[in-house]
Amino acid sequence: MPGSRTERVQTTGTAPKSVASPAPAYPIFTLGGVLRHVILIAIGVAFLSPFVWLVLASVDAHAGWGVRLPDLTVDNYRAVLSQRGLTALKNSCFLAFVTSVIATGLGYLAAYALSRRHVPLKRGIMLTILFASGLPVSLLLVPTYQMYVAFGWLDSLFTTSLFLAAGALPFAIWMLKNFIDAVPLELEEAALVEGAGTWQTLLRVTVPLTLPGLSVTGIYTFIAAWGAFIAPLILDGNPDDEPAPIAIFHFMGNHGEFLFGQLAAYSLMFSAPVIILYFALSRQFSGAFAFGGGLKG
Amino acid sequence: MERSNKKGLALMQAPAGTARGIRRHERQPAVLNFGQDRERFGWSSLLLLAPGTALLLLLFLGPLSYAFYLGFTNMELIGPRSQHYSFTGTANIVRMMHDGSLHKSFVLTIVFLLGSAIVGQSVLGMVLALLMQPALRLVRLSVGAVIIVAWVMPEVAAALMWYAFAQTGGTLGLLLGRPDNDFLATHPLLIVSMANLWRHVAFSMLMFSAAMRNVPPDVLEAAEIEGASAWRRVLSVTLPIMRPTIVTNLLLVTIANLSTFTLIYVMTQGGPGMDTATLAIYVYLQAFSFNQLGYGTAVALLLVLLGAAFSLLFVRNARVAD
Repeated sequence: MPGSRTERVQTTGTAPKSVASPAPAYPIFTLGGVLRHVILIAIGVAFLSPFVWLVLASVDAHAGWGVRLPDLTVDNYRAVLSQRGLTALKNSCFLAFVTSVIATGLGYLAAYALSRRHVPLKRGIMLTILFASGLPVSLLLVPTYQMYVAFGWLDSLFTTSLFLAAGALPFAIWMLKNFIDAVPLELEEAALVEGAGTWQTLLRVTVPLTLPGLSVTGIYTFIAAWGAFIAPLILDGNPDDEPAPIAIFHFMGNHGEFLFGQLAAYSLMFSAPVIILYFALSRQFSGAFAFGGGLKG
Repeated sequence: MERSNKKGLALMQAPAGTARGIRRHERQPAVLNFGQDRERFGWSSLLLLAPGTALLLLLFLGPLSYAFYLGFTNMELIGPRSQHYSFTGTANIVRMMHDGSLHKSFVLTIVFLLGSAIVGQSVLGMVLALLMQPALRLVRLSVGAVIIVAWVMPEVAAALMWYAFAQTGGTLGLLLGRPDNDFLATHPLLIVSMANLWRHVAFSMLMFSAAMRNVPPDVLEAAEIEGASAWRRVLSVTLPIMRPTIVTNLLLVTIANLSTFTLIYVMTQGGPGMDTATLAIYVYLQAFSFNQLGYGTAVALLLVLLGAAFSLLFVRNARVAD
């Protein structure tokens, strides 16, 4: 409360100034404005600090845990592109791609039906889907492991990505339905009047119009599966199938021969693709976050 | 909700026959037909829904319902009880009541959740959203980018970074002037919570920023003209308008953080001792390290109950306030 009084005095003091200068909508060269930026930049620097070691160590020939000026080298990058590192990256690619295609593809069909057709108990189904997307994976671990033992599905990248796809599907349906809902119904009606069938309408009209939504959902599921850790840890013990996250974890476990520089280089290389993908599509992603009051409806 | 369902059912049954009749004989009034078509459940809808439903039944609802059975058995990963396990009724519940390390894990989970997720992530996310809205473009974009990269990068890489950050001789020790301290040994839960906050705050920030853009500017202007201070405008205008988003955010953040596994496991494997073994870690340790598949699943069920309890709390509070 005492804070609010000083603030009030301050704003009344600066009010005429902001009226006088019409350019910035918010006063920046005031005490409050400067303070805001200082706090913001301080938070930014604090958030940046854990990255420093990763970047420096990755180009340091003699890296340790400490932050220091590196003895510049690219050997770390060259070394991790060896057999094991490359295979792990390839496995991660496979996992993420298959998961994303299955979840987005099946999710799109289901979302289309839920958006455009009369489905009995639709509201109940949508709420169940929302609830399902929040269930902890740890609950599904043991029963899924048991099922995979019974099916003989253990130690396969494809069946592992099936599990990941099933986990990603509820959220994919929820997201895709929002995008399909936004397409005006008249366009599809017009196509139907012209004599196009259901599938033709879907492929020629709805899919092209929801391409941004499809790519956002596809990339979202791709990013999630790219970093998948616990599912391959439990369901796929085959060392040839080891995806990059597991490889990093195992590298870290070798405390005796800890190759700091290589570990940092590999983690950076492994992180780069999804960071680039995210920022390439960030405009569409920010739209996906506008469902703030979604639970209310 | 019930009423609208009944109405839907009535509509679905009434025109179904007639619509089909019209369609068979003449193709012309397709527009009229379409309107009614949407009211009945067609076979093509079933075709659209079938593949997704099949996958969910097999690998989501299947394991989920199986979990409710497994949680009440004495199944083990290896040994005779991996094949010949049996339903043990409430034995697992009794065991949970006397399991000291479970009680500790429960408390750790609550502390982790309150500190890192509910207070840390939501409050810092809100502060960031509030600070960013009127900030210079360059500052806003660069600070936002750092925070978002922390959120988008793979969890294992984030865990490695924080592991290095907190090590003896790591960056944190350097910053705090205690380079010979291994913070993961001395303050494990704090470091893990900070790493989790660092990683997930972007989600709340983005959600709050999006909602803040929907606060009508004329209301804020009116408040300013009336002489409301910046504090007052945030507390009395922005926050109340954003209430639904705040509740949604709390709900999603709580549910997501309850099952945080990778970040903690890669950094500490639940250690030292069991000092960072939250329930999600405890489930894994019981099931796959101590081979107690049945008991581990029972703990997982407790985790879901906890999530449901928190969700109920938030949703109910939101309703009372409305």
